[in-house]
Amino acid sequence: MKTRYSFGGDEHIFVEVDEEMSLDAFFKSLSMTNAVRDADIAGVTEICPANASLQVKFDPDRIKPDDLLAELKSLETASESAEKQIATRIVEIPVYYQDPWTHETLMRFRERHQDPNATDLDFAARVNGMATAEDFIAAHHGAPWFVSMVGFVSGLPFLYQLVDRERQLEVPKYLRPRTDTPKLTVGHGGCFGCIYSVRGAGGYQMFGITPMPIYDPTQTVSYLSDFMVFFKPGDIVKWKPIGRDEHDQIEKDVETGAFAPLIRNVTFNLADFNSDIDGTNKKLTETLYGS
Amino acid sequence: MALKIIQPGLLTTIQDLGRPGYFHLGIPIGGAMDRMAMRTANLLVGNDEGAAGLEAVFMGPEIEFTADAVVAVTGADIPVLIDGEEQAGWTGLPIKAGQRLSFGYLSEGARAYIVVSGGIDTPPMLGSRSTYAIGALGGVDGRAIQAGDELPVGLSDTGKAGASVPTQLRRHLGSPTELRVMPGLYWHRITEKAQNSFFADEWKVAPEADRMGYRFRGGQPLEFVERQQPFGAGSDPSNIVDGCYPYGSIQVPGGTEPIVLHRDAVSGGGYFMIGTVISADMDLIGQLQPHKPVSFVKVDMATALQARADRAALMAGIRDHLA
Repeated sequence: MKTRYSFGGDEHIFVEVDEEMSLDAFFKSLSMTNAVRDADIAGVTEICPANASLQVKFDPDRIKPDDLLAELKSLETASESAEKQIATRIVEIPVYYQDPWTHETLMRFRERHQDPNATDLDFAARVNGMATAEDFIAAHHGAPWFVSMVGFVSGLPFLYQLVDRERQLEVPKYLRPRTDTPKLTVGHGGCFGCIYSVRGAGGYQMFGITPMPIYDPTQTVSYLSDFMVFFKPGDIVKWKPIGRDEHDQIEKDVETGAFAPLIRNVTFNLADFNSDIDGTNKKLTETLYGS
Repeated sequence: MALKIIQPGLLTTIQDLGRPGYFHLGIPIGGAMDRMAMRTANLLVGNDEGAAGLEAVFMGPEIEFTADAVVAVTGADIPVLIDGEEQAGWTGLPIKAGQRLSFGYLSEGARAYIVVSGGIDTPPMLGSRSTYAIGALGGVDGRAIQAGDELPVGLSDTGKAGASVPTQLRRHLGSPTELRVMPGLYWHRITEKAQNSFFADEWKVAPEADRMGYRFRGGQPLEFVERQQPFGAGSDPSNIVDGCYPYGSIQVPGGTEPIVLHRDAVSGGGYFMIGTVISADMDLIGQLQPHKPVSFVKVDMATALQARADRAALMAGIRDHLA
């Protein structure tokens, strides 16, 4: 890992922790983000953490760009010794894989896809060396995922699966982005999963849909009444496969306020995870389901 | 008092100076694309510079006023009409209850700012009335205005008609419009030849130009420095591991058509960027029509900061003039 700094015009500093994705790079960008936030530097207006990078927006009328650059570099040195551990939460997100809505959409945009004769899931299974879409779905919800970035639009989480690199699911994005994606589509591009928080354009492969809203500007959804965005970086997600009946029931329960997402507080330690990936994941899931 | 929308125009949204602080959640700052025009319109009617007004793209709306007020239109060159009679732009205009504000055909520029004394008083969301349609925030129920809307206007006793901003205190686009750019971010991903052609070529604004970003075409495709793509980035040479996008950053998907992100920018994604339009020139982009010729001019930080100071001085000149 080699950190690279660049000015994004006269109002941003872009910090690339690593060119490639890894949990080490994510943790370093997260600890730098926290260090910059804690330093409370006058003139810094926004701090945006990403998968393996971060961006600091500043007002050059209040702090000289070179001074801020020097300060960030010194914070990098300090954050290197920070323990790679976070207190966070694990959340169960219900997913209706192979749902009719993403299916209808993917059929509409077939000419923009690498394989017009297969579904996105069939294609994803094949490029990952799996026999069937069901095998791919099993791998997809088999291990939990990290929210490694929130952004693109309106509270959309990028997710990175908590498995070693050999088991990472990698799927290219559509050849040309779609102009439509159903709201709450569970998607995948490169090594990242995502949940489309709102309906709109998108280039990620579409695998399913969740009935659980994650963005609500009206704040009428019960668990979004405090804040309209559900996710924050560092959240851990466990997908729970559901069928049509359960999907429709949850949708109704969200409407009436009866649905509450299953959430448990957990501590995630990167060193522990790296030394025993499956064991750590097992413990995370046990905490979630209380067994 | 209220503004009764008779015709909304092509795409007219309520905007102010935006909602900073939520970009880390994918909610952009938003607000007027041409900040200086918006601030000036507010000053002309006696409002705070950050009061909310209308941003009309290419075509003006038709509005009936339910009470006496002062109105000003700045930004694009577009004939301003009150009850069909042409009025001066960049001027505080008295308008009476029952009168209608409408517009002729736009000649230069892309966005007109329509501001009324008291400011539009729709409910703020996350600290701003700006319309962010993708996230259904601000505006009228998160959307652009429609015929039949009645926009509430705040109380004002400061509105005074007659003030005007002379043309030498406004910014002009020039042809081709020069947009100053600081190279950086993933600039090293393209060859020296591509680095040179990007600045040498003349580009034209593509039809895909909106509040999220402006696309340009007409220049030569950019050649990439060959490399093994890093894990997680995706297979196209223009892909990166999804990162944050600065406002004004220039991404070039596939190396073909540069896109400059603007006030409603997506906050991040997987396309490499070759640099960033400097803060002083962001307003100009908001006034570019499709097909308008543009050249990108390479500058360094010192030049960017000088340009920022020049723009601030111009704005200070407008404040002095109207004080």
